[in-house]
Amino acid sequence: MAFGPYLLLATLEGLVTAAVLALMALGLSLVFGVMRVVNVAHGEFYMLGAVLAWWFASLVSGHPAIGFLLALILSPLVVAAIAFLAERLVLSRLNYEPEATIVATIGLLYILQQLALTFYGPEARPVQAPFDMRISLPWFGYSAYKLAVIVASILMMLATWFALTRTKIGLVMRATQYDRETAQAFGIPVGRVYAGVFALGAALAAVAAVLIVPIQQAHYLMGLDPLLLSFIVVIIGGLGSLRGTVVAAILIGLSDGIISMFFSPTLAKMLTTLLVALVLVFRPQGLFGTVAR
Amino acid sequence: MTNVKSLWLHAAVILLLFALNFLLPEYHRGIFSRVMVLAVFAMGYNLAFGYTGLLSLGHAMFFAAGLYGAGLTIYHLGWSVWPALGAGLLAGTLLALVVGFLALRTTGVAFMIVTLMFAQVFYLTTLYFTTYTRGEEGLVLPQAMRSLALPGASFSLTDPATRYMAALALLTIVLGLVLILVRSPYGRALIAIRENEERMRMLGYDVFANKLASVVISGLICAAAGAAYAVLFGYVGSGFASIQYSILPLLWVLLGGAATTLGPLIGTLFMFYIIDTASDYTTAYLLVVGLALILLILYFPKGIAGTVRERWLPWLP
Repeated sequence: MAFGPYLLLATLEGLVTAAVLALMALGLSLVFGVMRVVNVAHGEFYMLGAVLAWWFASLVSGHPAIGFLLALILSPLVVAAIAFLAERLVLSRLNYEPEATIVATIGLLYILQQLALTFYGPEARPVQAPFDMRISLPWFGYSAYKLAVIVASILMMLATWFALTRTKIGLVMRATQYDRETAQAFGIPVGRVYAGVFALGAALAAVAAVLIVPIQQAHYLMGLDPLLLSFIVVIIGGLGSLRGTVVAAILIGLSDGIISMFFSPTLAKMLTTLLVALVLVFRPQGLFGTVAR
Repeated sequence: MTNVKSLWLHAAVILLLFALNFLLPEYHRGIFSRVMVLAVFAMGYNLAFGYTGLLSLGHAMFFAAGLYGAGLTIYHLGWSVWPALGAGLLAGTLLALVVGFLALRTTGVAFMIVTLMFAQVFYLTTLYFTTYTRGEEGLVLPQAMRSLALPGASFSLTDPATRYMAALALLTIVLGLVLILVRSPYGRALIAIRENEERMRMLGYDVFANKLASVVISGLICAAAGAAYAVLFGYVGSGFASIQYSILPLLWVLLGGAATTLGPLIGTLFMFYIIDTASDYTTAYLLVVGLALILLILYFPKGIAGTVRERWLPWLP
């Protein structure tokens, strides 16, 4: 294969990574933006989404699309419910102190990981894609499902953006983010908003996971790498800036796809992680963020 | 008066551990040796987290720097134990200096994430140079090379009793060092920085330099634990650089009591035995770790020694 088509393939793969990453990072960014909570368990919500997707899909027989759709609807709902409970039972009692919530979400990470290992097992299992079609390009055939993932991710992000900027719920969320005490004084149930945002963030991670399981398999340790990548995306994009998050996800996804096609993946990860740590040290507001008020 | 009391208490703890060498059954003596080395790791972490208020999520890299500094020089260069320990200490200290210098430009959440990422880079580095480190599989140091030369005699660190005594010696030195440090004016300054950084700056203290020194000493102690672990237990692997080993000292310190001198030892010992007991019933020991973290932070944020100090013994350092 010549260099051009090779690069095109790398770009397409990168875009798929970016699409999933953007959804996941969007969840992390929402939680951090509104609640100022760094959710270390975010990767486990992603893992849980994938594992549940496999479970739901294995419940029904017949056309694979039925199982997949069932997973796409139910898995994020279950994950959101678990996140909601965790928020009410643990995080809200810690008064959202940054250090205490980090420790608590680390605890949550271990619990979810262990439960997945105990009940799901150490195997990696795939979910069948809802449709099996290949789009033939002049140089190679490309899975139509992967393109559908990109489209689905764009739709999800547009929906989130619409909900945040054009609906009453979004208004309430933004008010809470802007000034928690004033929002409370105006009768906004801040606690319930926080729980909702935490559940929404987890649900976004779960949707990302359901979209990815037909491509990558569900495994109980799959949460860590996407968690670190989402951290990277959220930091590069500027903590709490949604537009920055999307731009950074595309940037990181593409460069990850292209770099790991030409270099050793470990070296690629090493360099990006180091680069991002240095960005955070020397430009804490991120590349696109503005200086905090 | 209180100085004398706390000195007696610490001396009593060391004496008790010394006596346990002769009283404990073999299996538990092995656990205690390991706990003492890891408690030193926790003490180093406690200096940064407990006393200075720097919540780092990357201390595994300092432990692993000591581990690899000692292990690689023994394995590949054939160094004897003393210079290898020195190499481990040097590696950890230099790493702490560089990481501290960069990471301390940030505070709060950003500090945690930056330290986490530096540690991840270190972990990936150990995987990348897998020709030398053998990655996750790790290196086993040959038994013949693990002998400690002292004036007059040479001891094999593979012998359980010698290993126990070596671990106890390390623990004694570090415990003494930490005790002197936190009672000195410098230790008081660190605690004051934790409580109110702005005020210390107004009072004319160089906050950055004090914090950097704290990270470097903390890194040095953690590296000492890592280097000792390599020569005492003879195994060097990337697992010790992974995120889990950054979280564990946090757990031990929280359980034992942050900003107490004996807390890390108590916490490490308790956690080891909780996991040991739990693994008799279930293989799901991570569940225990997770639940312990959440319950501790919810109901018991001061830890064991912290609660004892608050309720009964206000003089506890």
